[in-house]
Amino acid sequence: MTSFRVKDRGRVKADRPVRFSFDGVAYEGCEGDTVASALLANGVHLMGRGFKYHRPRGPVTAGSEEPNALIGTSRGVGRFEPNTRATVQEIYQGLTTESQNKWPSLKFDVGAINDRLYMLFSAGFYYKTFMWPRSFWDKVYEPFIRRAAGLGKAPVDVDPDHYASRYLYCDVLIVGAGPSGLAAALAAAQTGVNVVVVDEHAEMGGSLLSEPSVGINGKAAWDWLEATLDELGRLPNVRLMTRTTAIGYYHQNMIALCQKLTDHLAELPTDAPRERMWRVRAKQVVLGQGAIERPLVFDGNDRPGVMLASAAQTYLNRYGVKVGNRPVILTSHDSAWYAAFDLADAGAKVGAIVDTRNDIQAALMQQAKARGIETLTGHTATATSGRLRVKSVRVNPVRGGRVGKARTIDCDALLMSGGWTPSLHLFSHTKGSLHWDAEENVYLPGQQTEECHIAGAGRGLWGIAAVLEDGVKAGTAAVRALGHSCDAVRFDVSDDRTGNGVTHKELATDRSPGRAKAFIDFQNDVTAKDIRLAVREGMRSIEHVKRYTTNGMATDQGKMSNMNGLMIASDALQKEAPQVGLTTFRPPYTPTTFGTFAGYHKGSHFELTRKTPIDSWAEEHGAAFEPVALWRRAWYFPKAGETMHMAVSRECKATRESIGIFDASTLGKIEVSGPDAVEFMNRMYTNPWTKLAPGRCRYGLLLGEDGFIRDDGVIGRMRDDLFHVTTTTGGAARVLNMMEDYLQTEWPDLKVWLTSTTEEWATIALNGPNARKLLAPLVEGVDISADAFPHMSVAECTVAGFSSRLFRISFTGELGFEVNVPARHGRALWKKLMQAGRQYDICPYGTETMHVLRAEKGYIIIGQDTDGTVTPQDAGIGWAIGKAKPDFVGKRSLSRPDIVARDRKHLVGLLTDDPKIVLEEGAQIVTDPNQPLPMKMIGHVTSSYWSEALGRSIAMALVAGGHEKMDQTLYIPMPGHTVAAKVTGTVFYDPAGERLKVE
Amino acid sequence: MLLIHCPYCDDTLPELEFAYAGEAHIARPSDPSELSDEEWRDFLFIRSNARGVHAERWRHIHGCARYFNALRDTVSDKFLRTYKAGEPRPDTSVQEAVK
Ligand SMILES: [Zn+2]
Repeated sequence: MTSFRVKDRGRVKADRPVRFSFDGVAYEGCEGDTVASALLANGVHLMGRGFKYHRPRGPVTAGSEEPNALIGTSRGVGRFEPNTRATVQEIYQGLTTESQNKWPSLKFDVGAINDRLYMLFSAGFYYKTFMWPRSFWDKVYEPFIRRAAGLGKAPVDVDPDHYASRYLYCDVLIVGAGPSGLAAALAAAQTGVNVVVVDEHAEMGGSLLSEPSVGINGKAAWDWLEATLDELGRLPNVRLMTRTTAIGYYHQNMIALCQKLTDHLAELPTDAPRERMWRVRAKQVVLGQGAIERPLVFDGNDRPGVMLASAAQTYLNRYGVKVGNRPVILTSHDSAWYAAFDLADAGAKVGAIVDTRNDIQAALMQQAKARGIETLTGHTATATSGRLRVKSVRVNPVRGGRVGKARTIDCDALLMSGGWTPSLHLFSHTKGSLHWDAEENVYLPGQQTEECHIAGAGRGLWGIAAVLEDGVKAGTAAVRALGHSCDAVRFDVSDDRTGNGVTHKELATDRSPGRAKAFIDFQNDVTAKDIRLAVREGMRSIEHVKRYTTNGMATDQGKMSNMNGLMIASDALQKEAPQVGLTTFRPPYTPTTFGTFAGYHKGSHFELTRKTPIDSWAEEHGAAFEPVALWRRAWYFPKAGETMHMAVSRECKATRESIGIFDASTLGKIEVSGPDAVEFMNRMYTNPWTKLAPGRCRYGLLLGEDGFIRDDGVIGRMRDDLFHVTTTTGGAARVLNMMEDYLQTEWPDLKVWLTSTTEEWATIALNGPNARKLLAPLVEGVDISADAFPHMSVAECTVAGFSSRLFRISFTGELGFEVNVPARHGRALWKKLMQAGRQYDICPYGTETMHVLRAEKGYIIIGQDTDGTVTPQDAGIGWAIGKAKPDFVGKRSLSRPDIVARDRKHLVGLLTDDPKIVLEEGAQIVTDPNQPLPMKMIGHVTSSYWSEALGRSIAMALVAGGHEKMDQTLYIPMPGHTVAAKVTGTVFYDPAGERLKVE
Repeated sequence: MLLIHCPYCDDTLPELEFAYAGEAHIARPSDPSELSDEEWRDFLFIRSNARGVHAERWRHIHGCARYFNALRDTVSDKFLRTYKAGEPRPDTSVQEAVK
């Protein structure tokens, strides 16, 4: 294979070959190459296929803005990554890469038929084509769109890499280590402030890496660069970071950096993160992001071999690769002339320099002449040829607006330049305003919102001398803002390549513009024609044009296409560009892995799992678990061969017949103490607390100020000035926050202290007729006989030797106790109770049995039987309201017209006509199952279980006007059948409460 | 991520430590039963939804846990000032907000 490597050019290490593969073919590159530069050195331009038309594509840039050369890279299981830009990915020994959007092969792709169907795929084609018939949607359109919309293939294996996350604080952050950034760093660093310089490339230097012929301070550019980096690198107050992209600029000078650590290494270091996200808080920011060259828009501007002139210059000077032996230059800017000169000097036969402008600097004309390069000024390009690689370009003179006779020039590369677009992405993240420069047709930075300074080509400056000087200015301004003064830094630049140019919409043509495939967004295959069509079809704002055509919506985020799209849209609308607008730049600047954003938050670190002190016992005894809020709770305890249904039925039966033991430690617990504790409780909860004596407890109900139920739980009065409040498992933090809010901001005069004690206590519930028999011998310090310790009592005592708060309460309808002991004793107490309970066949049960037993008694679960719109009356627990109290949170709302309305949804019981049918929770309820669709739904099932005690199913439901529908039959339509059920009260089991009274 | 000054800790700390808590200076009426349905509705639901300077409550929930008030420009998302709960809303000119 012909090598396009140029001897003694470039920064790659020619003596260090690196082998890698692309689409199964082995290639050799040099250390320092990217995939793109190494393939180009092997004469390979074809690296991908377009997204919509599947046209053959090659790299058009040499940087992170690359829209075409997207490849998949892989290095073992879980380490496949799609959509990697070949122009950025460094090669290493053994790197495996593949092209995308092709089948069966890159050179012969069946999907390229779309290119022939070009007319079908014009702007808005998704919206138009897939509208009807409706029946086509599922079978035809959606699968097609899904297949077509995929760019690359998604990885399927778990990513074995890990990703790190760091914070960094500095005085001056400099983004971009080109000449402006380095000059800013030199100026700022001398004052001793902390300076961080980041650059997305593998090495620093920016445009200097592509401009070795410039002299700075008497040194060749690269020698100056080496010395400067060395000098900065030695300073203790300077940190230089390569392969580090500033992806987003957020409030108050917070910049997110993505640092790539291993993607360029042949051997993966053990335990090193693949990428690291830095959250930098900088006092001052200098943006030296440079500028991106604009493509020219003409028919066939997307063939492999057509690329930006600056890219060709970079491939030559930085990587030592000639992109072609017979290049033609097509330009509207002086900068491309230097690409022609460099290529000619490297031995390429430059076919011609075609410039759209009539008047060119004499010096450039002379230099072209000296190299024997033909120059065609005042010309346009109207077509190209070549299927897998450009073969020729058709050019025509333009005189007085008329396109003259065509001429075809053979070439193997067409290098274009449509001028330069300052990179203002990060500045735009800050919502800094942009100012339209009508002379240059570019947006420049306007009003700032953050402490930042923009330097160099990013604000439209051109030439190394101007950019260096501007960098010093920005660096100086940054340290001055921090109160430092610094000495002037001056640069003496020789052989600078300054210049200027003009910008265009589509280039003039003598052919039908409607048939031209003149691409603007290469990645999304948007053409100039699409933009004009969008305007004709009524799109007026650039944001609409963008969404209608998908221009700028690809992974390059419009870096190449935004300005060309805007110029053409504004021409079509006959409005100035600023009136048409500019699409919003959003982070990240370049595509960033999910891993970087996730950082450490994956797997078991994604969300914490709270475990009770008894959790380990449950695990050892084979419990099935379920998540409840952040807790994992024992769900049921299956014995060998038992299904969940069998286990739960057994647990229910054992509890009702003898004794069950339940880990209730997850219940939220709040200690409310202080001289005004009772007043505080009166104001917060609906219930009256003044007369509740120490040693007694009560069901407490908490409303929001809107009158809807927020939480509930049993509350014990331990002393006059101390309440032991329990909350729902999921509501603990919410309730404490609400209490704190009222205490701090509404009633700061109350002397009350709130302490979260959820994790201080382990709570074990014992329920069943044998509960007292089991417990009594273990209790010291209080008599728990029925008369001495009636239902709803609480006492401080010891249980099995552990100091405890003992409640006599029941969430099952059986005789029940809840023992609270310091969390560290929870497991020991549990084991002692299990031991002592053997004689009663004590049965550990989980949350499912707890749910069934409470539902049999009609006890509600907040958040399951209520949904934030349920009042105490709706839920049938109006008895919990202290009617004599003048005020409590939510009281006033209980008399609002909507709250006292008759047809509110009420909580009722439902018994299915067929007792074997267990309704589905969430199922909708109707009065007439034969009404036409859509049916009027009057409520839904909130809780539904098989009740072993009753030998039938039971359910609760929220039903409109439910309290007035007792004994009526309602219907629950399900797929394929309808279930009839009768409305009942919510207490299904032992309505008289006799079972609490076991002696 | 914003930096927020807690007036109790007297320290400027990352937004992660704080929780938003709605519009400020809406005191709970001392006797809600005296309010008409309309007045009570307004207290419950009607908020200023300002475009520009907005007085709002924040809580230093992962720090001192105190509630305090802040003036924030809802357009620029910038904090103009924070102050302790119970203190009157500071006078802020439009100029300051724009800045
Ligand atoms: Zn604080």
